[in-house]
Amino acid sequence: MTDLSTAAPEIPGRPATPAPTAPRRKAAGGSAGRSGRAVLKHAAMIVASIIMIYPLLWMVVSSLRPNEEIFRNASLWPLSFDIDNYVRGWTAQSFDFGHYILNSTLLVVGCVIGNLFACTLTAYAFARLRFWGRNIAFAVMLMTLMLPIHVVIVPQYIMFSQTGWVNTMLPLILPKFLATDAFFIFLMVQFIRGIPRELDEAARIDGCGHLRIFFRIVLPLMTPALATTTIFTFMWTWNDFFGSLIYLTTPDHFTVPLALKSYLDSQGSSDWGAMFAMSIVSLVPLFLVFLFGQKFLVRGFATTGIK
Amino acid sequence: MSAVGELTQIVSRRKKGGVREKHPDNKISLVFMAPWLIGLLGITIIPMIASFALSFTDYSLLAPPEFVGLANFREMLGDTRLHHSLVVTFTYVIVGTPLQLIAALLLAVVLNQGMKGLSFYRSVFYLPSLMGGSVAISILWRQMFGADGLVNRFLGMLGFTDLPGWVSNPDTALWTIILLHVWTFGSPMIIFLAGLRQIPQMYYEAASVDGASKVSQFFRITIPLLTPIIFFNLVLQVINAFQTFTQAFVVSGGTGGPSDSTLFYTLYLYQKGFTQFDMGYASAMAWLLLVIVAIFTAINFFVSKFWVHYDD
Repeated sequence: MTDLSTAAPEIPGRPATPAPTAPRRKAAGGSAGRSGRAVLKHAAMIVASIIMIYPLLWMVVSSLRPNEEIFRNASLWPLSFDIDNYVRGWTAQSFDFGHYILNSTLLVVGCVIGNLFACTLTAYAFARLRFWGRNIAFAVMLMTLMLPIHVVIVPQYIMFSQTGWVNTMLPLILPKFLATDAFFIFLMVQFIRGIPRELDEAARIDGCGHLRIFFRIVLPLMTPALATTTIFTFMWTWNDFFGSLIYLTTPDHFTVPLALKSYLDSQGSSDWGAMFAMSIVSLVPLFLVFLFGQKFLVRGFATTGIK
Repeated sequence: MSAVGELTQIVSRRKKGGVREKHPDNKISLVFMAPWLIGLLGITIIPMIASFALSFTDYSLLAPPEFVGLANFREMLGDTRLHHSLVVTFTYVIVGTPLQLIAALLLAVVLNQGMKGLSFYRSVFYLPSLMGGSVAISILWRQMFGADGLVNRFLGMLGFTDLPGWVSNPDTALWTIILLHVWTFGSPMIIFLAGLRQIPQMYYEAASVDGASKVSQFFRITIPLLTPIIFFNLVLQVINAFQTFTQAFVVSGGTGGPSDSTLFYTLYLYQKGFTQFDMGYASAMAWLLLVIVAIFTAINFFVSKFWVHYDD
């Protein structure tokens, strides 16, 4: 039942995850039927890839086209490099788009710090400490993973409106410092369980308390899990619309998703070019994270998903 | 082991009653657990109780809550927009989730056969699932499925003319959002891929020696060994699908239109609670959502006994 091999693939001295299934075609490779099927399979995959990615590519290409061209041209060709849409979209609202990017960045930084701080502490306790009620607490934590946010959002809103925090980022950041993202706790618990206990025990014998074991031994070994948490928190916070929509009411506090929404409201469907341009701007950070953090994203899913 | 698997294990172990554990770390664990405990109490449990209490009141933030008994729930019985939003949401969950998971499973199986360019295809299929929840993609969808949008351009090339806007037609608007959901099959696909790699190669070799075809290997080996992961994906995707909001909000411009055809339950809840500030009614709706999600999850867990195989 324990499946530690998936939890911490990078801990030294333990076999890595089983190698990917060996190519099954190899043994019988070479015959015409086999290679014909391989070609067919690749053809099918290429078609599927194009269908999947076409809308995104078309949005990029269209954002660089004049407005009337967007409706006329469904193909990616001819390319044009008209940055007019970007110029118009950037300054179209009461603040430059950079202002919203800055707001979103601040929110992301706050949420990342909160999650890293609170989830590591909680995960260490669940994975390493023996205390009264641990199993029940762990089950409760797993259940909060499945709790719809709507069942707490109304009282939370009332609470934060009484403290005067509506239209600030505090209602969106504070909960992260209180370990409300159970997904990451679970991910980290899985990871810490994969760290050999001998390391802690050696430190204990040297007289280290749990706080020092946590900071000196476990935390430094957790960097892959911390990276995964950072990347996921970034993506989810950057995309989060519901929270911003409820708590942020004036344009000076708008995040990127909210700015896009209010732009759409004010424009209707009259200026797709500029709207596409700002949409692309909002997707670029996600794309960069995807490009450079894919390893951690995939591992995060794999770790929490197995069995 | 996944969150779902672990939860099942804890619950079943509790029934048996284990050995008495010792708790040497009670004091220090309070330090480590403090943020989570405060959060659980202040951000989750107390608001949940408050939300339950509010569901029996009439409250608009301006005046103190007024106790109205079961009036909110009685109103819900007769609220046709609410009933409609349930139909919309159920359609989305019951059609969209299986389609998304089937796409994810099929492509994971194909990709797992050690084909060249695996990482490229994986990236291409995964990328949409990272962006699918964003406002930007919903804006794109609104253009694509509009009367003059990308989809109709393509259909026009194929000879179809006078096509309506898919998002402005009440019969098709919901389906464009379901399609968006299916388009984001990348994240369950990654989980399936990781699961497929855990299946020992020797099972397939043994089956091949016995003369089993690829198809029967898929149904007799791959699927049974993957059931815990299919189950995990199913539980989480159903719970997530019930909470879909951004796509419906942006595609319909916040109205749930045309003719309430994209009035997702969460969108209606938002309208009630945060545009009409009918906090009592919104709380009652939130609790109904909780009950529905809990029932769906319980059914999933119950039915899982008959089709999910844990190999221990």
